[in-house]
Amino acid sequence: MRKGIVQLVAIGVVIGVLVTLVAVLFQWLPTSATEEFDRIQDVYWFATVMSIVIFSLVAAVVVYAVWKWRVPLDDDADGPPIHGHTGLEVVWTAVPAILVIALGIVSAVVLSENGRASDRPLQVKAIGQQFAWKFEYGDYGDFESGELVLPVGREAQFTMEAVDVIHSFWVPQFGQKMDAVPGVETTILVTPTRTGEFAVICAELCGLGHATMRAKARVVTQADFDKWVKEKQA
Amino acid sequence: MTATHPDSSHAQYPPHFEPPHSSTWRLFFGPGLVRGAWMAAAGFVLGTLLVLVLRSWWSWDPVWNTEVVLVVGAMVAAPMGFLGGIGAFDYWLYYISGRPTRPEDHSGHGARGWRDYFRVNTDHKVIGIQYLVTTFVFFVIGGLMAMFFRAELAQPGLQFVDSQTFNGLVSVHATLMIFLFIIPAFAGIANFVVPLMLGAPDMAFPRLNALSFWLLPIAGIMFLASFIAPGGAFGAGWTGYAPFAEGQPLGQTFFNMGVQWAGASSILTALNFLVTIITMRAPGMTFWRMPLLVWANFTTSLLVVIATPFIAGSQFFVLFDRILHTSFFTPEGGGYVLGYQHVFWFYSHPAVYIMMLPGFGIVSEVISSMSRKPVFGYRLMALSLMGILVLGFSVWAHHMFVAGMADWLRVPMMITTLLIAIPTGIKVFSWTATLWQGRIHLTTPMLFALGFLTMFVIGGLSGIYLGSVPIDIAASDTYFIVAHIHYVLFGGSVFTIFAGVYYWFPKMTGRMYDERLGKWHFWLTFVSFNVTFFPMHYVGLRGMPRRVFDYDSAFGDLNFVISIASFVLGASFIVFAYNVITSWVRGPVAEANPWRAHSLEWQVSSPPPIFNFDEIPQVVGGPYEYGVPGARHAVMSPAREAKEVPA
Repeated sequence: MRKGIVQLVAIGVVIGVLVTLVAVLFQWLPTSATEEFDRIQDVYWFATVMSIVIFSLVAAVVVYAVWKWRVPLDDDADGPPIHGHTGLEVVWTAVPAILVIALGIVSAVVLSENGRASDRPLQVKAIGQQFAWKFEYGDYGDFESGELVLPVGREAQFTMEAVDVIHSFWVPQFGQKMDAVPGVETTILVTPTRTGEFAVICAELCGLGHATMRAKARVVTQADFDKWVKEKQA
Repeated sequence: MTATHPDSSHAQYPPHFEPPHSSTWRLFFGPGLVRGAWMAAAGFVLGTLLVLVLRSWWSWDPVWNTEVVLVVGAMVAAPMGFLGGIGAFDYWLYYISGRPTRPEDHSGHGARGWRDYFRVNTDHKVIGIQYLVTTFVFFVIGGLMAMFFRAELAQPGLQFVDSQTFNGLVSVHATLMIFLFIIPAFAGIANFVVPLMLGAPDMAFPRLNALSFWLLPIAGIMFLASFIAPGGAFGAGWTGYAPFAEGQPLGQTFFNMGVQWAGASSILTALNFLVTIITMRAPGMTFWRMPLLVWANFTTSLLVVIATPFIAGSQFFVLFDRILHTSFFTPEGGGYVLGYQHVFWFYSHPAVYIMMLPGFGIVSEVISSMSRKPVFGYRLMALSLMGILVLGFSVWAHHMFVAGMADWLRVPMMITTLLIAIPTGIKVFSWTATLWQGRIHLTTPMLFALGFLTMFVIGGLSGIYLGSVPIDIAASDTYFIVAHIHYVLFGGSVFTIFAGVYYWFPKMTGRMYDERLGKWHFWLTFVSFNVTFFPMHYVGLRGMPRRVFDYDSAFGDLNFVISIASFVLGASFIVFAYNVITSWVRGPVAEANPWRAHSLEWQVSSPPPIFNFDEIPQVVGGPYEYGVPGARHAVMSPAREAKEVPA
């Protein structure tokens, strides 16, 4: 029996190492460009560790059982009549409960942090219309722009508006996503941490041009942002 | 007492019950597909006339409105005509009109030749096979559509189809797979197996059962017919979000109405299962002696009956907005856009369990009998189904974390969503514990059950990611979702359907499938499934949204790999089809109980007698007493002679 447990654990470790390699050798997430996405990635890794453990456990038992207890198809004996084990059943009810509640708490904390606006965030209105995005910067007069420009390090609060059908504002490197819904005002916060060029993607099927409903997003320094605003205001 | 064989009374009908007409008369005016065809046409004409007369009476302009004519004429009146024509209502109409009915007439019961499968048949075993063959036909059609748009997606940019056709293919693929394959395929397996497992001669309402089946092809044809509608097939996704769906071309109506027919089919079948399971259990078959497949279908039927009216409502509201100019979901008229999503997901989340719980039942049967061990923790397995049922109704808004719904609703919905992992985890761990120290027979159904076990864990774990609101905000509406639902619905549901079809194939057909081809089918499917869907997690997280015909060229290589793998996945079905068809025709004759399983369906011949049991079985113990010396699930002798042994 002890030999069996060692073998089972060995299989579990091998599977766990393989799955961990898959998880870390590929870069599954885009490089974060916002504080919000940094926090989301922490939750992602929490869930990943949990998943690796659970998958390895189940896969190891399946592989071990088939390897150890497979019999020829014409074998006609029965296995031992084990109907259950209350202790085990309590354990595999309680442990997952603790794990998912822990994940729930971590998620709720991150959600609340990602939703808490600072005193004066940069106000940006994102307007979705088949099949283009428009951005308005209410703090700087009434100009609008087809490209999204944000200053690095400053929190921006997006207010979404949809002209016709539902669209969804998404920049993969920002990690944040929110639908723009006709008749409903929705908001989302983004605090860019690095400069660069990104794509605003519409993530909600909105019609024939949905796949091409994209806009350019640029995160620039505060000085460049001020310069850009001046040009736009002129 | 010995139950008399109901069929034996067949010959005793008085002569005046014999059909008085010539065979030509019967062909056109007797129940059947010919009468179904002309009565469908007549229904269409009548419905169209009704619309035109009413519209001109009220002097509405224009008198001819194609959408209204199609809804009333083609999608309500014609199907009703078809159902009347094939004879689905004959018995009830005879009864209502006071004409003689023949409650003991079993001429429409059971199959004596292949033609009996093409008419209204009240035998649950025939209906089960009707369901399975029909649903597999739609599985092939839906699969071909998937391969078609995977060909389009093999490279960025548009190559083969235009944008509306692409959206149509994606939408109809999902709709067929959900409403015409997974849900009814499970209904088909359960139709065949559940009455047998209960020790019942048939379902509680055999005529309703026949009607439930014939509603299904109507829905399927409606979804497919949307491709010939002006403007193309419905292209708002299977979710058909308003207000986008309300501005779609005519094809959208085919979705709105098709869902009604498929939904009616599900609801009627579910009611039938509930009444059958509650009232038709053999003596001694207490709830705690029912096989887990029966438990699973009991739970699923509760879900169907409670939830399905919500999708019917959501689609009627969209239809009303489209043709009656109401404003349920149009903000200009005071409608609430998110209302659609709340009502839709109040069905469509439980629908995920409707598409999974019957599979849980199948896997419990297969793993237990192929490991030669009792199901580990039988009662907790049944209770966890109930736990999923209850929790399943409290999680719908997790599909709406980025939809702009009330912020305060997100954390409670996240908690309930994550809690579902507990009963699901119990089931997964109990199956693995059932394997422990078993004597494992690695047959094809067992391979699919084990494939399910591992793939479903991946789908469940990606569900944990999506249950967490912050991760969902990043991953929602991307290919990560596509990967997740295919791990749940293909690696989960479809694998269990294959397991079930292989497992009960000898019982259904009386012949054995080819084990070698079955194994080829499994491994081809298993490998190509993973190569197809696993990389989708990656492209989704990296920034590829779902439902797009064009995408960032950075994802080109991976999408090419995915497309090639999807073709292999499609081709693997050929192995299954060849195996099933040739084995059905000339496979080796199967024994009554090739798996030496204990549940009741294996205690009768393969295929079972026309009324299942020549004598009513007396159930004396649990269904999974493998390895218990002298244990029996049932004794097939008259009830009063049976001795009770503790379960």
